[in-house]
Amino acid sequence: MIAEQKPLTYKDYSTPVHINWCPACGDFGIVTAIQKALAKLQIPPHRVAMFSGIGCSGKTPHYINAYGFHTLHGRVVPNASGGRLANRDLTVIAVGGDGDGYGIGSGYFVNAGRRNLNFTYLVFDNGVYGLTKGQAAPTLARGMKTKSMPEPAIQDSLNPIALAIGSGYTFVARGYALDQSGDVLANLIAEAIQHEGSSFVDILQTCPTYNDLMTVKWFNEKPQGNSRLYQLTEEGYEGVVKDVSNPDEIIAKKAQAVGKSYEWGDRVPLGIFYQARLRTYEEELEGRLPNYGTAPLIDWDVAHRDVSKLLGALR
Amino acid sequence: MHKGDLTWLIGGPQGGGIDTSGLVFARYANRCGLRVFSNIEYHSNIMGEHSYYRVRIASKDRHSILDQVNVVVALDEETLIGDPHADFTSFKGHLQELVPSGVAVYDSAGKFKPSEATRSDITLLGVPLMDLLKEALRGIGREGDANRLRIMTNTIALGASVFAMGGDIELFAQVYRDDFKGARAELGEMNALAANAGYEYAAQQLGGRSPFDMKAIEAAVSNGHATGPSLLIRGMHACAFGKLKAGLHIQTYYPISPATDESVYLEANQRDQNLLVVQCEDEIASIQMAVGAANAGARSSTSTSGPGFALMVEGIGYASLTEVPGPVVFLWQRGGPSTGLPTRQDQGDLRFALHPAQGDFPHILVAPADPQQIFDDSFEAFNWADRYQMPVVVLVDKYLSTQSASLDELKMENLVIDRGSRYRSNGRANGAGDEYLRFAFTENGVSPRSFPGEEGGIFWSTSDEHDPRGHITEDAENRILMMEKRMGKLDLAASEIPGGRKISVYGPADADVTLVGWGSVKGSVLDAIELLAEEDGVRASFVQIRLLKPFPVEEVTAALSNAKRLILVENNYTGQLGGLVREMTGIHIPQKVLKYDGRPFSEEELVEGLRKALATGDARVHVSHLSA
Ligand SMILES: Cc1ncc(C[n+]2csc(CCOP(=O)(O)OP(=O)(O)O)c2C)c(N)n1
Ligand SMILES: [Mg+2]
Repeated sequence: MIAEQKPLTYKDYSTPVHINWCPACGDFGIVTAIQKALAKLQIPPHRVAMFSGIGCSGKTPHYINAYGFHTLHGRVVPNASGGRLANRDLTVIAVGGDGDGYGIGSGYFVNAGRRNLNFTYLVFDNGVYGLTKGQAAPTLARGMKTKSMPEPAIQDSLNPIALAIGSGYTFVARGYALDQSGDVLANLIAEAIQHEGSSFVDILQTCPTYNDLMTVKWFNEKPQGNSRLYQLTEEGYEGVVKDVSNPDEIIAKKAQAVGKSYEWGDRVPLGIFYQARLRTYEEELEGRLPNYGTAPLIDWDVAHRDVSKLLGALR
Repeated sequence: MHKGDLTWLIGGPQGGGIDTSGLVFARYANRCGLRVFSNIEYHSNIMGEHSYYRVRIASKDRHSILDQVNVVVALDEETLIGDPHADFTSFKGHLQELVPSGVAVYDSAGKFKPSEATRSDITLLGVPLMDLLKEALRGIGREGDANRLRIMTNTIALGASVFAMGGDIELFAQVYRDDFKGARAELGEMNALAANAGYEYAAQQLGGRSPFDMKAIEAAVSNGHATGPSLLIRGMHACAFGKLKAGLHIQTYYPISPATDESVYLEANQRDQNLLVVQCEDEIASIQMAVGAANAGARSSTSTSGPGFALMVEGIGYASLTEVPGPVVFLWQRGGPSTGLPTRQDQGDLRFALHPAQGDFPHILVAPADPQQIFDDSFEAFNWADRYQMPVVVLVDKYLSTQSASLDELKMENLVIDRGSRYRSNGRANGAGDEYLRFAFTENGVSPRSFPGEEGGIFWSTSDEHDPRGHITEDAENRILMMEKRMGKLDLAASEIPGGRKISVYGPADADVTLVGWGSVKGSVLDAIELLAEEDGVRASFVQIRLLKPFPVEEVTAALSNAKRLILVENNYTGQLGGLVREMTGIHIPQKVLKYDGRPFSEEELVEGLRKALATGDARVHVSHLSA
């Protein structure tokens, strides 16, 4: 069979599965952006493993032509990590909701950052628990009350960007699901995938059914004449660590990112808050397990182990 | 009690070297050719609480511990007389467990005063441990190091105990020499010196006569055992070897007693054995990571005990619904419920492990009962996982993990790795030709699977109910077919797993009484059966139910329905297996002998319980000698 040379387009990553999200859901924009990012990087579909949690967002893998694992509520990150550890030739992308990642799955969100395994984690941040009909998610601020809530939130929201920085993610960014050109998010996701290490993108996503506060209209407003959503690069913000051997620069860039992450309201920054090419978990494993760098774990010859030395020590 | 057997015991504060010293003595006895059965008991504590290690030695294989002790080495006062300051304690010290003419070795410079002993039929052998150590070190010009090397006072005490046991000090000292080689050889020599010093001192104090005669047992060891030292193997070792031989790729874990030992052993050997061991942030992550790896084509496993298993249950249901080949989960039981008795023995998790998630779902549950069975089940669990595409839980316990017994060889023949039914697209792209359906309906319910990365093998999987493609559907007919597909695989497993893996029957076919049990009680039961025959003329047999799901209905029915009398033996409160047997076979086991004090059945306890059950006909007999 002669390999087709035709470049992959985003359509090669789509499936015929009926998409059952509400009309005009921000999730549509994210799925398209993921497909475009994969096309941009020309990663063959069979080399991609998509993992998801539970929620509206959790249905994403069914709509993408790639190996797809729709796991449990809050458990997407350890599942994706297991897949990646078993086969480092796979491009592993984890997706899930804000409830999934910052609520029930917060422990895994945090600990994956510490590991710095090479995978990409995209959180669909709509401020609500979509699939269970609009209760407050961990990103809904105190005092907010969406139309789906009987009472306003009386807990603070958490700050995903600051939390990701504190956890050790080495690529930390924010995107917006419905950017007009349709390519800004795709490019951001492509950068996240290309980054070696744990990449995290909080994606602001509209939920037209339950979240009547963070609507398309709200995001597109220009409160003081300036558009609410803007790219960090527009302000000359530089989040990338130039010299990773310099701990001072790393700390300074982290502090800068955390500071910037508290900008919210009239101005909401998008783009890369922080990025550093630091030692990955895979690289650590190469130091421990000589084979780790040469072949995917699943291809190791593990069927002919000799345990006689171990047995000898027990005599 | 089996006459002629001896028990040596060392007790002291946790962190004081009990484990190391106990193992040295056990290995020494094992190397002499004696048949050893040993076990350690310890608190959930790092330093200070009472811990002890007992070593039973016999001329034949034994499978249980004895309450009765011949020689006790006490590294503190509590070991001898218990803790007089403890508010609520039934432990009154190991002096009580000594046989008449038994010997207690202790530090004569320590707290214990001979006047505190309430017995006069034993020998209190106070040894000036530090003085002897200094003297021994003085001989090689190292007296100044005595304080730094104070842990070697244990060796002095052990040397003294070797004399009391009637052992051979040269063979004993050789264990240290073998342990410390190369740059550390000097430590081996110093320990040998210390052991000799203790031995000589004891010989002097006891007038050159040992009350016990290890060497006589050695002479009586029945032939037929391998030449050369046999293995002294713990259940956790057997588990690890089974996994290594099965081609395990990745083990995940979160630390918890008594499961950690296994994972740390694997971790310590991962470089040489080409294995990835990942310490996770909790047990939820452990099982989910193992599932993610299994989905990607790895053989994966995780290990835990009750509290961790409680967190893993959603992962078991998820793996089962999505037909993941695995993971293999080792559940090392301890005393529950909740945090319970973290380091103590119990068999209370059977019911939990039988149905550890919501809904009707298939998984395999197997309960091996000795190191060889643990190895065999550990190995085969991965084949079952791959062949039937479901998680496998191996139910073991604290006692099986920490006990070690002489074993000539761990049998590892005819091991065949079967990765199950696999889909190969041979380079065909997805959508070209026949569409690949990961959850296709097949005759036996098993659908060939592809490994991610394979071109043309793309599939979807979801924890929602799904169609053969792996996409979500709530369709009624699909639901019926999928339930039947998944549950049908249990019938397939039941029909293919050999009978020898399902149950084991020991003893005469026409026994007067048939004991029924599972897991670690097997050892105590086998020893008790022998004694009942010898001492009471009672002909007893034992049915060990090993495969618990799918339940071997036919095999168990056949084994129990013609029994003259049935007695259940379990190390838990309710007799959980009894309920399961009745549910599955309709057979009611009218009598139970139970133990639920957080310790395994000693030989004496079980014999006492069985005698009582046989004599009284009581439905429920509970035993405990309140050991430490
Ligand atoms: C253990 C568990 N608890 C609760 C649920 C119910 N549940 C399904 S989706 C969901 C919340 C989804 O919210 P989010 O993660 O923000 O995803 P979204 O639907 O907004 O994309 C909940 C609570 C569940 N599936 N599993
Ligand atoms: Mg949400």
